[in-house]
Amino acid sequence: MQDFAYHNPGSVADAVAALKGADDGKFLAGGQSFIPVLRLGLAEPSDVINLKGLSDLQGIRDGGDHIAIGALVTHAEVETSDLVKGALPGLATMAGHIGDPQVRNRGTLGGSVAHADPAADYPAALIALKATVVTDRREIASSDFFRGLFETTLEEDEIITQVKFPKAEKAGYGKFASTASKYALVGVFVAKHGSEVRVAVTGASARYFRVAAMEQALAAHWSADALDGIVVPPDDLQSDMEADAAYRAHLVGVMAKRAVSAAG
Amino acid sequence: MSNTGIGKRVKRKEDRRFLTGKGRYTDDINLPRQAFAHFVRSPHACAKINGIDASEALSQDGVLGVYTGADWVADQLGGLPCGWLVKSKNGADQVEPPHLPLAPEVARHVGDPVAVVIARTKELAKEAASMVEVDYDDMPASGTLAKAITPDAPQVWPDASGNVSFDWEVGDEAAQQAAFAEADRIVEIEVTNNRVIPNAMEPRAAVASYDPNADSYTLYTTSQNPHLIRLLLSAFVMQIPEHKLQVIAPDVGGGFGSKIYPYSEEVVCTWTSKKVGVPVKWTADRSEAFMSDAHGRGHITKAQMAVKNDGTMLAFRVETYADLGAYLSTFATATPTYLYAPLLCGIYKMKAVYANVKGIFTHTVPVDAYRGAGRPEATYLVERMVDKVAGELGIDRIELRRKNMIQKDEFPYQTPLIFQFDTGDFEACLDTALEAIDFAGFEARRAEAASRGMLRGIGVSTYVEACGLAPSAAAGALGARAGLYESAIIRVHPTGSVTVFTGTHSHGQGHETAFAQIVAEKLGMEVDNITVEHGDTEKISFGMGSYGSRSLAVGGSAISKATDKVIEKGRKIAAHLLEASADDIDFEGGEYKVKGTDKVLPFGAVAFTAYVPHNYPHEELEPGLEESAFYDPANFTFPGGCHITEVEIDPETGVVKVVDVAAADDIGTVINPMIVDGQVHGGLVQGIGQALYEEAVYDDDGQLKSGTYMNYTMPRAADFPMFKVGFHVTACTHNPLGSKGVGEVGSIGVPPSVINAVLDALKPTGVTDISMPATAQKVWRAIQEAKAAQAAE
Ligand SMILES: Cc1cc2nc3c(=O)[nH]c(=O)nc-3n(C[C@H](O)[C@H](O)[C@H](O)COP(=O)(O)OP(=O)(O)OC[C@H]3O[C@@H](n4cnc5c(N)ncnc54)[C@H](O)[C@@H]3O)c2cc1C
Repeated sequence: MQDFAYHNPGSVADAVAALKGADDGKFLAGGQSFIPVLRLGLAEPSDVINLKGLSDLQGIRDGGDHIAIGALVTHAEVETSDLVKGALPGLATMAGHIGDPQVRNRGTLGGSVAHADPAADYPAALIALKATVVTDRREIASSDFFRGLFETTLEEDEIITQVKFPKAEKAGYGKFASTASKYALVGVFVAKHGSEVRVAVTGASARYFRVAAMEQALAAHWSADALDGIVVPPDDLQSDMEADAAYRAHLVGVMAKRAVSAAG
Repeated sequence: MSNTGIGKRVKRKEDRRFLTGKGRYTDDINLPRQAFAHFVRSPHACAKINGIDASEALSQDGVLGVYTGADWVADQLGGLPCGWLVKSKNGADQVEPPHLPLAPEVARHVGDPVAVVIARTKELAKEAASMVEVDYDDMPASGTLAKAITPDAPQVWPDASGNVSFDWEVGDEAAQQAAFAEADRIVEIEVTNNRVIPNAMEPRAAVASYDPNADSYTLYTTSQNPHLIRLLLSAFVMQIPEHKLQVIAPDVGGGFGSKIYPYSEEVVCTWTSKKVGVPVKWTADRSEAFMSDAHGRGHITKAQMAVKNDGTMLAFRVETYADLGAYLSTFATATPTYLYAPLLCGIYKMKAVYANVKGIFTHTVPVDAYRGAGRPEATYLVERMVDKVAGELGIDRIELRRKNMIQKDEFPYQTPLIFQFDTGDFEACLDTALEAIDFAGFEARRAEAASRGMLRGIGVSTYVEACGLAPSAAAGALGARAGLYESAIIRVHPTGSVTVFTGTHSHGQGHETAFAQIVAEKLGMEVDNITVEHGDTEKISFGMGSYGSRSLAVGGSAISKATDKVIEKGRKIAAHLLEASADDIDFEGGEYKVKGTDKVLPFGAVAFTAYVPHNYPHEELEPGLEESAFYDPANFTFPGGCHITEVEIDPETGVVKVVDVAAADDIGTVINPMIVDGQVHGGLVQGIGQALYEEAVYDDDGQLKSGTYMNYTMPRAADFPMFKVGFHVTACTHNPLGSKGVGEVGSIGVPPSVINAVLDALKPTGVTDISMPATAQKVWRAIQEAKAAQAAE
């Protein structure tokens, strides 16, 4: 690991200033994605700016029609929050399926969203739930936020402060995890917003995607059976040792049904 | 009486330091002025080294040296030796190519070290290593066993035609063929035994220093057997006289076999510590461990069993290709031959067994003994075959096993393949396991699972294995290049407390507790008065270390023998003090007693007299109370048992979940039931890990595809139900403790029970074969293919 300057700012403004002042600065939250990258020498930042002292980024609040979750809120906090379990149980379930207890105790919502790993769970939830990413300078609709493999619309020095999750009428998650890494080989988040349904898939391809055929079928009839016979073509899906594209395509169907059943 | 003697659940003495982070591992050892080594490793599976340019690395401030294979050759030093000579059926010796610690001309696997950088800091060593420019000519490679045995496969070594190191056989082929001629049916099977990566929690490490005044070396290393490392480094590799090389293996965090062997890195640290004049330290990171620790298993096998229609097993014929990797590691040739083939009878009475094993070089890291070493491979084949026979003959699989197994009144039992089993009661183990898992109630559970859309299956496996490789003379005749005894010293201190020195090594097995319990039982004291020392060649006279579940059966027996000698000497001292004949003195509960009287002398008083010999039989005895023993066993020990696994398969995804496991093992005398439970649990987890999750995957060109925890699945606690572990003990007849060994039984017995359970569950789908690891994708695909085949019919 290369030496770097370490900052521990107390406010969002100081954190942004520290990053602006650095040659090649990086924010640090739970470290669950960033520290491995550092250790493998895949990133060699000049400055590391720890966000842990930013109290504005903490906490889960009821916003009436939505739940606002601070960027520093850990996966374990989301998993066990009464507020989340009451309003969006599918989101709590999803958080409870991230990695293992150690990862969930340190990893954060903001870090997961900013990192935009194609096998991460949160992005599917953000897209299906029509969430809004709030940063120190703007609000970004989740559908505009994710660009592709580890790519988002965030500026270098932009800090996610919270994510607003609309209280969908129904929401559920079906995850098929890698036995090795516990990341999603396939994760399907389904959400029903009145007459509109969203089905968002993570893990299966280099980019999160929605399945229009499933959304239409579920909008017409909200039940797992409604998905019978809808197949996702394997052409653009990932293949690796654990799951090739055909198996992943099959799993998208199975996990989508399980997500609908879980959502009730 | 001892409250902490044999059979007691004594809490492990070593756990305080392990659980509070106070263990002292090799990486915790830091010597003054130490420098750090970083290895330059081949990214190619096979590449000619045209030249190495280290000038940029050497120009860095703080880099003390860069050394290559050419430097090693220039110093006229030796290579890492193989510890066992296997002869081919035509009488030829195994092909045993040189294994220099730094590859001088050709790199033969990904991760093969070709140069080392020694620098003041770890970071600098790593950075400078990236500046070393190696000019490689990438050449075609045989990256997998399957490819290496094809006719035109790239050759790993010019001398090993067809990549064959040896073409070995065992058993009476004529008798096997005669029995086949009598058979009603020949059942065939093909299995692979998946290659796995040991993944000890503590990665390998070494710290070496050279003392120019004494002209001697000290090497701290992560070893299961420091004396063997010293012997091999002295006699073969570096030609340092043994009294000038101290090897210390402090706390070691797991090995599973992978820390038996001498490795390039510890040799290079020792070698360069003299060159650079300061101690040299190296600690593997996890990625290095994946590509440089010896892997395990790796077989492709075809076998046929001759049976009668009534289920009688007549004979077995086995042809195995065993992956050796690119170089012969210490036990690489013994593991797929003598530790494998003689167990191909399983627990069954067969007239004849013939096995042919070809050891094959591949362009991969060496393959060697891994928890179970040969016995899991044999057990897997036999027990898969038995289920297949049951299926083809339409005979109940339990009844088939009962019918053919060696009965408890048939011991000692001479098998057709070398071994003579001394004791056992296989049927009792079978019954214990059947009851523990409620085998009788299984069909109801299957039906209940079916109502939830799940496929439930149950699988049975029996096993017998061989531990405590012995005796030395017999093993030597079969090609072993080392002795197989163990040593012990019992040092009684003047006030009666005891230090035990053992030549075995604990890398997590709890010897400091279990071995103390043996002495506590014999001397009638508590384990708190006893310290067990191991792991330092200057403290311990000699030893063969720990592997092959030998430590208790062999090392414990040496301790028992030495303790007996202490008791005998003490008896003479007591006789003198009590003014009686030694024949009239009993030793019991920590006291010497004159028979039929109330005259007693506690052991402590006798010990004190031995060191303060004012009133002492000087004509007859020397002062002091310390005894040593070397124990060379008369035979192997043969643990056996039965493992049953119950699984549920989700047919939509192919996920296999282990829902219940029962193990009934006969491991001989149990010294500490708690430690033994733990050993069985760990073995079961590793065995199920192999059956369902773990696989070292190289592609055809020799790139390691499963080189991180992102793609190599380690079993996790949450993957398992609570295990039902039970024992049915028959005591070993030829060692003083009656112990057989427990370290490996779990990983030997359980894998075939898992696969048999998976196939039992899949029966309704028409799937008849699945290979390890039975991953979700593999199971799902097998179901799809069976469906397609049925649809086509
Ligand atoms: C063993 C293991 C298993 C895992 N399994 C899963 C899994 O199953 N599913 C899953 O989704 N994830 C998984 N993860 C990843 C985990 O969820 C991480 O928590 C997450 O990816 C990153 O969050 P973090 O807080 O640790 O961020 P860090 O690692 O600290 O940072 C990640 C990136 O985000 C940036 N960043 C962090 N916070 C902010 C912010 N507020 N604003 C702007 N940028 C920010 C950092 O600069 C960095 O680039 C796993 C991780 C591990 C180690």
